[in-house]
Amino acid sequence: MFNKRFNFILTMMAFGYAFLYIPIVSLIVFSFNKSKLVTVWGGFSTKWYGELFRNEQIIEAALLSLRIAVVSACFAVAFGMLAGFVLARMKRFRGRMLFSGMTTAPLVMPEVITGLSLLLFFIALQDLVGWPGGRGITTITIAHITFSMAYVAVVVQSRLSDMDPSLEEAAMDLGARPVTVFFAVTLPIVAPALVSGWLLAFTLSIDDLVIASFVSGPGSSTLPMVIFSKVKLGVSPDVNALATIIIAIVATGVVLAMVAMKKQESRHKRDIQIAAVAN
Amino acid sequence: MRAGYLPLGKRLTSVLEPFANSVVGRFVVSIFGALGITGRTGVISIPFFWLGIFFLIPFAFVLKISLSESILAIPPYSDLIEWGEEGLISLHLNFGNFLFLLEDDLYWFSYVNSAKIALISTFFCLLIGYPMAYGIARASPANRNILLMLIILPFWTSFLLRVYAWIGLLKNNGLFNNILMGLGIIDEPIVMMQTDFAVYLGIIYSYLPFMILPLYANLEKLDGTLLEAASDLGCKPIKAFFVVTLPLSIPGIVAGSMLVFIPAVGEFVIPALLGGPDTLMIGRVLWDEFFNNRDWPLASAVAIAMLLFLVVPIMFFQYFQNKQSEAS
Amino acid sequence: MASDNTKDKSKSPWNDPYADPYISIENITKKFGDFTAVDNVSLKIYKNELFCLLGGSGCGKSTLLRMLAGFENPTSGRILLDGQDMAGIYPYDRPVNMMFQSYALFPHMTIEKNVAFGLHQDGMHKGEIRKRVADMLELVKLEDFAKRKPHQLSGGQRQRVALARSLIKQPKLLLLDEPLGALDKKLRENTQFELMNLQEELGITFVVVTHDQEEAMTLSSRIGIMDSGKIVQVGTPNEIYEYPGTRYVADFIGSINLFDGNVVEDEADHVRIQSEDTDATLYIDHGVAVTEGSRVGVAVRPEKMKLTRNRPDQADNVAEGIIDEVAYMGNLSVYRVRLKSGKIVKATLPNLDRDTEQFDWDEQVYVSWKPKSGLVLLS
Repeated sequence: MFNKRFNFILTMMAFGYAFLYIPIVSLIVFSFNKSKLVTVWGGFSTKWYGELFRNEQIIEAALLSLRIAVVSACFAVAFGMLAGFVLARMKRFRGRMLFSGMTTAPLVMPEVITGLSLLLFFIALQDLVGWPGGRGITTITIAHITFSMAYVAVVVQSRLSDMDPSLEEAAMDLGARPVTVFFAVTLPIVAPALVSGWLLAFTLSIDDLVIASFVSGPGSSTLPMVIFSKVKLGVSPDVNALATIIIAIVATGVVLAMVAMKKQESRHKRDIQIAAVAN
Repeated sequence: MRAGYLPLGKRLTSVLEPFANSVVGRFVVSIFGALGITGRTGVISIPFFWLGIFFLIPFAFVLKISLSESILAIPPYSDLIEWGEEGLISLHLNFGNFLFLLEDDLYWFSYVNSAKIALISTFFCLLIGYPMAYGIARASPANRNILLMLIILPFWTSFLLRVYAWIGLLKNNGLFNNILMGLGIIDEPIVMMQTDFAVYLGIIYSYLPFMILPLYANLEKLDGTLLEAASDLGCKPIKAFFVVTLPLSIPGIVAGSMLVFIPAVGEFVIPALLGGPDTLMIGRVLWDEFFNNRDWPLASAVAIAMLLFLVVPIMFFQYFQNKQSEAS
Repeated sequence: MASDNTKDKSKSPWNDPYADPYISIENITKKFGDFTAVDNVSLKIYKNELFCLLGGSGCGKSTLLRMLAGFENPTSGRILLDGQDMAGIYPYDRPVNMMFQSYALFPHMTIEKNVAFGLHQDGMHKGEIRKRVADMLELVKLEDFAKRKPHQLSGGQRQRVALARSLIKQPKLLLLDEPLGALDKKLRENTQFELMNLQEELGITFVVVTHDQEEAMTLSSRIGIMDSGKIVQVGTPNEIYEYPGTRYVADFIGSINLFDGNVVEDEADHVRIQSEDTDATLYIDHGVAVTEGSRVGVAVRPEKMKLTRNRPDQADNVAEGIIDEVAYMGNLSVYRVRLKSGKIVKATLPNLDRDTEQFDWDEQVYVSWKPKSGLVLLS
């Protein structure tokens, strides 16, 4: 009986993972296809990679996206950390409901709404105060900070909720002022959350099509915007090549992170064993 | 901290004044004022201001423009408030956009269709995601990390490119049709691209991790002794799942379903790439009104209506999140 | 160990070689990989007993309990309950219920639903369930809380819900995992007696796991002391306290003064031991069958020690020292006495009257005890 249930779960998991990975694997395989018909195998070739790197429009858009992603991820981490801190540690203040609403709503808000509202806001702001001076890299960055800081806030909040609040109290008890407590105790403990928050914000930014389409101006097309206009016309093998490169970078990063984690874990285990023997 | 915050607050208040008439604006301003009382305001006010200005207030503009008229100008909408001579203010409210939404079947149908597609996709995400989350939560710690990483990994790669990958699989001369024809199962390619089927597939595929992760977080926390207690009191494992595990995982189910349903309603990329011209989803309609027809007031009205439509699930989600964070 | 002090020998089934055990644990071993949690344990528990498994953390007591409940399968050996082999019987089919250390109350169900859970599984008639649940809640004095959820109750109330839930199916055997561990001291004492009354009233056999020796002493008919997966000693609380079989047991239950020495005289009715810690020899009024000169330990409980300012009139079992530390506990006073050899011994004296004589720091005293107060420990 136990086994029957277990088999059902295993089957569902196998199916689920296959579902998640078949499209990705097919992207990679067909990026090495000689034929222009993406799905008919015409022999191995890397010519689409060459074509990709000669495509100035894509390279330019990729660089723009990278710049926006790095800047917005940094700001999103800073603001998101504060927001997460407030959510986790300040249980009672006026407007807390509104505050927590504003930090969780961007997580589920349809992108078309966020994009449209920001665009209309920027235009009105331009009229009223003469800023931000046209749409482009600044407006896209602001938009990205806004919705990705919500993600960072959630990550930081959950990390802080796991953290024992008496650690902060102990630091205060030992004479540290709130600012020192934050930098000496809280920040180091939430650091892993900040790293994953930064990566998350970076990914969200570099991945965003809809919001960027609304708030960008002429001449500031991000990578997803370029890809979208390309794939609307049908499949093209150099997009496969681009996808493969992105997947390779991500996979390498993830594998490195896991290896590092494993190493740290085994070192931790060894330390415990040494300590146990020493006692 | 407080001294640094006040001038910023003042500056922002002056920017906000023109919109102070709107309820949202006045609400935000009053909260900023009320917040000046305590010392920790500095920490609160930075994210508060940012989100207030760049997330909350923009909605007021959507509302404003949804009530204006579409004109051929830059920007393409009329002003609501006109400053007449000698300080006379005249207000031009135009509910025509909303009336138009009600009159034209297209919009009504798009809302219903979006809700239908989102609902069915959410259901399938739950159907596939629950056993997966359960399996991951029950796996050994070493395997669990890898399995979890495999769920998150696609999320790090481009969403757009992953949706694009389905085009290659679903096309008439795509991989699936080629395989099926190669095996002799079908003679003619099955039309899968540009159908509702493709949109369902794309949404389920893209949002599945959003279902699995909160479910996993919930199931992983499940106290194993509760299942032992159930078993001890004569309850068989399958029944114990339905009377103990399932009811206790409702918060995870709700969180996951909301994370899938709400954004799926407003989804644009998936229907635009995988759907056909008759796959009406409201996100796509909004996009077309805005970019193709350049009718900004109507697009705004569509957005406001969508927001009203989503307010109940969003509030529900909010309520659940708060309850969860209070419980932990 | 001789049990000549057991109050009523004839009523104790464990002293009757013809009595049938209710639960028979036969050579049970449980391994988790390389680790042996329970090591070849055999144990007989009789009907209506309140048997305590006592030991430190990781001694295997909880694993043994979980094997009785059916959550773990023994690596080898077997368990018989009322003559029936429990092998291959799932927890949900066993006539055994457990009260969990964490109570494991279902957080999404009311108290009533929690208590009724077991009866629902048996498909009992709804009206009957309602009646039984009401009776049970009355028994544990929670009738006013039927509609509440577990998180709305205090720790003591939750404990009673857990107890009610595990009792309602009238199991042949009730297992209790640290039943009072989460309660504060005062509540624990009251609950101990409630638990004993309930057990007597319902006539259910209890097996309790605990690390708290006081709890075990108060509750049990018999105690089984476990260490490193093995049962070291089984006996009534009195036997365990007065006649510990090993240094481990002597040290684990209560406190003890231990003198090491060599046997110089070993007769049928007494033994004399020369210890480096005392000038006088140690004289005990029971024999031990060992060769003369072998190394043994002599255990004396602190409350059996006498303190006097003048040397008592006895040649053996006396030592000179000075008061090193005094702790006034109210009902008794605890003295730490530094003997001339440097060894520290502990003596507790009851404060029988308000003006019971107290000794002072650095006072010179004599520690002495009677020949029947000591106990020779061979291991």
